Amino acid sequence: MKYMLLITQGEWFANGSETEREKSMEKVTEWWGKMFSSGKMVGGHQLQSPETATTVVIERGRQTLLDRPLMEAKEAIGGFGILEVADIDEALAIVKTMPQPDGKVEVRPIIERAR
Amino acid sequence: MPGDREPYALLERVFREEAGRLTASLVRLLGDLDLAEELISEAMVEALEHWPRDGVPERASSWLLTTARRKGLDRLRREAKFREKLPLVAALTTEAPREADDRLKLIFTCCHPVLAREAQIALTLRAVVGLTTQEIARAFTVPEETVAKRIVRAKRKIVDLKVPYRVPAHDELRPRLNEVLTVIYLVFNEGYLATKGKEPIRRDLASDAEWLATLLMRLLPQEPEVLGLVALIRLNLARWPARLDSEGRLVLLESQDRGLWDRRAITETIRVIERAAARRRPGPYQIEASIAAVHCEAATWADTDWRQILALYSLLAGIDDSPIVRLNRAIALRYVEGPEAALYEVEAVAKSLSRYHLFHATRATLLGELGRPAEAERAQARAIELTKNSAERALMAERLADGFVSAGLANPER
Repeated sequence: MKYMLLITQGEWFANGSETEREKSMEKVTEWWGKMFSSGKMVGGHQLQSPETATTVVIERGRQTLLDRPLMEAKEAIGGFGILEVADIDEALAIVKTMPQPDGKVEVRPIIERAR
Repeated sequence: MPGDREPYALLERVFREEAGRLTASLVRLLGDLDLAEELISEAMVEALEHWPRDGVPERASSWLLTTARRKGLDRLRREAKFREKLPLVAALTTEAPREADDRLKLIFTCCHPVLAREAQIALTLRAVVGLTTQEIARAFTVPEETVAKRIVRAKRKIVDLKVPYRVPAHDELRPRLNEVLTVIYLVFNEGYLATKGKEPIRRDLASDAEWLATLLMRLLPQEPEVLGLVALIRLNLARWPARLDSEGRLVLLESQDRGLWDRRAITETIRVIERAAARRRPGPYQIEASIAAVHCEAATWADTDWRQILALYSLLAGIDDSPIVRLNRAIALRYVEGPEAALYEVEAVAKSLSRYHLFHATRATLLGELGRPAEAERAQARAIELTKNSAERALMAERLADGFVSAGLANPER
């Protein structure tokens, strides 16, 4: 079963002091490294800052570009990951070990279609 | 209406026991809560038609399973929804499995933390207790459609998110058990003192909670907090006959006719608390039960051992330092040290409890006792404004009209 982790940037990253951010970032990087080598994290990336986002709005087939991210700055997405685990309990147990000091993580099951 | 359930009391007991067990086994065998629950509820409808007329069959669970299997096969052939489950249903034997009780797994799944509290409650009452959607809607005074939607959504989430069907492993058991206890406690509370609707207290719902807590105690006899919750519920039920007067008005603990309390139930329940205490793992439910026990053991209101109650609330505050606990502790303090000390404690939680009616009622009582009638009156008016339950509101309005503010009003029965 695959789950997408949608991770907000968090105060620590957006507005924290330089030293705090570096200290936390070190732990975060280490955690992701461990997850990738465990084979349970099968994908994922950190994203550039929300100011770099372009949002494409599609209305009745017509597209308009907006110079901002989808979500409010408070919940701006900072990265995502894809877990492959047995069930939601295992996914939540892994999320529980994430080291960032604040923020939100949406856990959403991925629909897997037979190819 | 609780009355229309009475003729079926015996049936209901059989239903609840057998249907609950079967639902839980079917979830394991079919791997689908939705399908299992629908099959059993159809079998129950059929049982409700036949059993009152023909009597309860000797092997009720096998009867239910046979019916569920037949109904299920009919439906699966007609509908596409569960078609891939057809071979599994066809393979069901008609001999109900007796060896394993899967209900503990079912309870933990229904109370999984990924579900919102209302969804946990609705699903548990539906799948484990076997209440109909209509009964749940009536119990919580919400539209039936809302309950139905909640249940459908919860069942879908369990499938889509892949919530496992199992008893949590040792390191996860305690926090997950707390979810279950909270669900049962909330069901009991709604029966104990309804937040909405015309009936202020509802014995049927409170009894459902007692049944569920007792089932959990049978399945997890080693967990002291489960015993604590059972005891807390049973002690409150033991005082039930004294809670309403002949006109259906709520009677305060202080004024209750203690001769109406079920002494035998109280004695037996205190043994449950002692059994829990012997495990030496105290928790909020055990402490709350002990507080209820102190009240139950007092021959009269004046005999209440407030020092012990205060000590228990202090212990509780050490585990759960919530404003509600501090408010209750302040009430006990009123009887040990007097209104001044109590008011000081009450004012300390003013910010967090400004929308809680019992906070204002307590304040009113204490201000009255301290000879500050104008402030007392204002606090009491605020309390009435915030009271949702009709019986409680009437009681408070009456006290206000009499210009009489009683001690102990703030917390009618604890």
